[in-house]
Amino acid sequence: MSAAAPRFPTPLILSAPAALLFAALILTPLVLTALLSFNEFEHATGRTHGFTLDHYLAVLTDSYYLEIFLRTFRVAALATAICVVIGVPEAYILSRMGNPWRSVFLLVVLAPLLVSVVVRAFGWSMLLGPEGPINAALMALGFGRMRLLYSEGTVIVALVHVMLPFMVIPVWTSLQKLDPAVEQAALSFGASRGTAILRVVAPQILPGILSGSLIVFGLSASAFAIPGLLGGRRLKMVATIVYDQYLSDLNWPMGAAVAVLLLAANLIVMLTYHRVVEGHYRRRLG
Amino acid sequence: MTRNGPLALIFHTLVVLFMLAPLVIVCLVAFTPENTLSLPTRGFSLRWFQAVFHHPDFVQSFWNSLWLALLSATLAVALAVPAALAITRWEFRGRGFLNTLFLSPLIIPHLVLGVAMLRLFALVGATGSFGWLVAAHIVIVTPYVMRLLIAAITGFDRSVEQAAYSLGASEATVFRRITLPMILPGVTGGWLIAFINSFDELTMSIFITSPSTVTLPVRMYMYATESIDPMMAAVSAIIVGITAVAVLLLDRVYGLDRILVGQH
Amino acid sequence: MSFLELRDITKRYGTLNAVSDVTLSVEKGEFVSLLGPSGCGKTTTLQMIAGFVEATSGSIRLDGRDITHAKANSRGLGIVFQSYALFPHMTVFDNVSFGLEMQRVPKAERKDRVDEALGLVHLSPYAGRYPRELSGGQRQRVALARAIVIRPPVLLLDEPLSNLDAKLREAMQFELRDIQRKVGTTTVMVTHDQAEAFSISDRVVVMEAGRITQIDQPYRIYEHPETEFISRFVGKTNLLPGTVQAINGLAASVSLAGIPVEIDAGGLVSGETVTLCVRPEKLRLIAAGQGRLPGRVAERYFLGSQWLYHIDGPLGTLMAVTPNDGSAPLETGVPVGVDWNPSVVRVHRGRLAEAPDPTLEAQ
Repeated sequence: MSAAAPRFPTPLILSAPAALLFAALILTPLVLTALLSFNEFEHATGRTHGFTLDHYLAVLTDSYYLEIFLRTFRVAALATAICVVIGVPEAYILSRMGNPWRSVFLLVVLAPLLVSVVVRAFGWSMLLGPEGPINAALMALGFGRMRLLYSEGTVIVALVHVMLPFMVIPVWTSLQKLDPAVEQAALSFGASRGTAILRVVAPQILPGILSGSLIVFGLSASAFAIPGLLGGRRLKMVATIVYDQYLSDLNWPMGAAVAVLLLAANLIVMLTYHRVVEGHYRRRLG
Repeated sequence: MTRNGPLALIFHTLVVLFMLAPLVIVCLVAFTPENTLSLPTRGFSLRWFQAVFHHPDFVQSFWNSLWLALLSATLAVALAVPAALAITRWEFRGRGFLNTLFLSPLIIPHLVLGVAMLRLFALVGATGSFGWLVAAHIVIVTPYVMRLLIAAITGFDRSVEQAAYSLGASEATVFRRITLPMILPGVTGGWLIAFINSFDELTMSIFITSPSTVTLPVRMYMYATESIDPMMAAVSAIIVGITAVAVLLLDRVYGLDRILVGQH
Repeated sequence: MSFLELRDITKRYGTLNAVSDVTLSVEKGEFVSLLGPSGCGKTTTLQMIAGFVEATSGSIRLDGRDITHAKANSRGLGIVFQSYALFPHMTVFDNVSFGLEMQRVPKAERKDRVDEALGLVHLSPYAGRYPRELSGGQRQRVALARAIVIRPPVLLLDEPLSNLDAKLREAMQFELRDIQRKVGTTTVMVTHDQAEAFSISDRVVVMEAGRITQIDQPYRIYEHPETEFISRFVGKTNLLPGTVQAINGLAASVSLAGIPVEIDAGGLVSGETVTLCVRPEKLRLIAAGQGRLPGRVAERYFLGSQWLYHIDGPLGTLMAVTPNDGSAPLETGVPVGVDWNPSVVRVHRGRLAEAPDPTLEAQ
């Protein structure tokens, strides 16, 4: 910390404990899991050994797995789209509020993020349950009792609830960086409110929307608790089959292969985003 | 200076209702005297809270989660403070790699971390060990601490430390009397957010807990997949309460909007 | 031997010389300013004296002791930082007391000395406040009290007034000098503001691209700038390009766009290109048809105590400043004669480019 250049590698010593822990508990297990996904699996004995590409082939060709991947993709994409439709206007509305309401409602919208996802999933299962208030309202309106739980729709609704803060946060952040005078300038040139939002505000918060969409999509695609609790036994998603492979079927290599694919998809999406989108917008928006 | 039109406010009200509904219903049902989850409830009772306190599995899981969160948050802070100092204050080979490594649990799905650690623990014979569970939690909460600390240290006027040196303070004294107090909001904020994240974690923990180390979220998940009764609501209400206390503390020491929004 | 001596101090970053061969002697009790634009190496020089930056070569001696490689926390210098660098989590009293605590001064004496220092900067009533509860000027005083309370052999001031607004800055300048006189501490100040440097320094050190280009009393630097850069950087100057026509003993005749002007010969040769530098306040505006050059008032600006005129003439536009003595100013469009005393003309050999437009200069 003194001005003199460190004679021994102080930063390495300072970061060594954390680096060792992360090497041991992130890098090592990930490598082990990648290796495991190439092992053969004996159903009779549960032993894993040898080398095979069967698990990957199965995942990429078997219609059972393909359907699950497709469903996961569809659910995550829908949840992301709904988050954009709800989260972006909400962030904009929040940013136009005055204090203290702005702080209060920002807390209301973001704080559920900090409540355990199991609690929130449980809340939804009660809201949408056969005895829940939604069904009570439907009956009062004469629609009759509906089976809401254990459907793709329920999973999407709950995912939107869990993911909405991840959309609001980046959009809110880019709105904060926005000079309010810019929108006023557009209005002063005779642009309508809608035009001002579309032509002036939207392009500037687009990086925030994209960033939020990626986070939401990534987290939705790998979400476990929501489909596990609200999807029931039939509605499988990628995360729940990994869980089944590991803890019910005990076919770890198969589960590892699915997990590796999930991780790879996640990383590709994130890194592509970083390369393409961020570079582009950094240049344009400084 | 609200400049939102009526349509915007209606939309906003619906969003707020949507965000709060599941939490509110959980807290309402927790006080039901009934045997089922039916709503609206008639009357008020603490019987389901009593049921929780007399359910040894839940009590044990609660203590597991509490100790786990306390230990992993504290140790994560202890590891992250020197690492964050190293990353923000020195240029050295591998700095970028370490930075990415320390933040990587944020972009690796917890599910993947869970199965990966399960494999490691199985190989080293650590399955079901509470110590290894703590280590795993340290790894997933450290990024949150790191982000806050890096922001705190980056936004720090180095000349304040130089002033202390020039007045004759040793390096150790400068760290203890100047640096640490100045990054303290980041440290406490990081500890609290780490505590909350560890206490809530389900997806990774479900793979690496054993019957004796099952955490509260894992216990609730397993319980909920089998049967649903108002006791779950009572447990949930307790968790909402603990989270609310932590959130209020967090808001006091650091500002919640700064943590959630600040350094995105 | 001087009290503080820098000898051939050089700081190299890679291939870049931030400071080159700086040699400077400061006498005990003297107030010396390092003046120059940003990036000229003045702050790096100060940081080497303070011990925050290690010199690549050269030596620094303080009171006969070599401190070139001494650690910052063993030099015992008092430093006032540009950002003030107050300890935000300590009260004013604790801020000022910190240095004494590090020196293990007994508690009772500590209190006396802190009270004395706060009295000196007129902050006694604020001892219990935190820095964030103080105004910019008050923070500046705390920083000063914190630096002088340890009775440092040398006080280092890094752009101490640059964060204050114009009015406060002027008041603090005089107060700073006043306090320095009272305490008698040898002081080195870094600044980019020439008015600040001139008004309170015994001597000014002008730095340019990592080198010292002139060390002198403020008045001498203003009147006898040794480089083109200094004449531009320090105050405003009219630059008049011309050619030496003839040398007549001690005098030379210079043609400024065809108009002959007499100056001191001082080593010039016939046919040489020169630039005459005349400060705006040295130009006299007199009746049309008289003086050395004809001109016409193009613009006038009211500066309060002075009038600034732009005069169009055969040499382009000249700046002239006259004191506001209460009489009516010249109207724009009025023809005038421009005159000056030959002794105020500074001669630069060769041609100087016009000064770049300051509004286009990157900061």
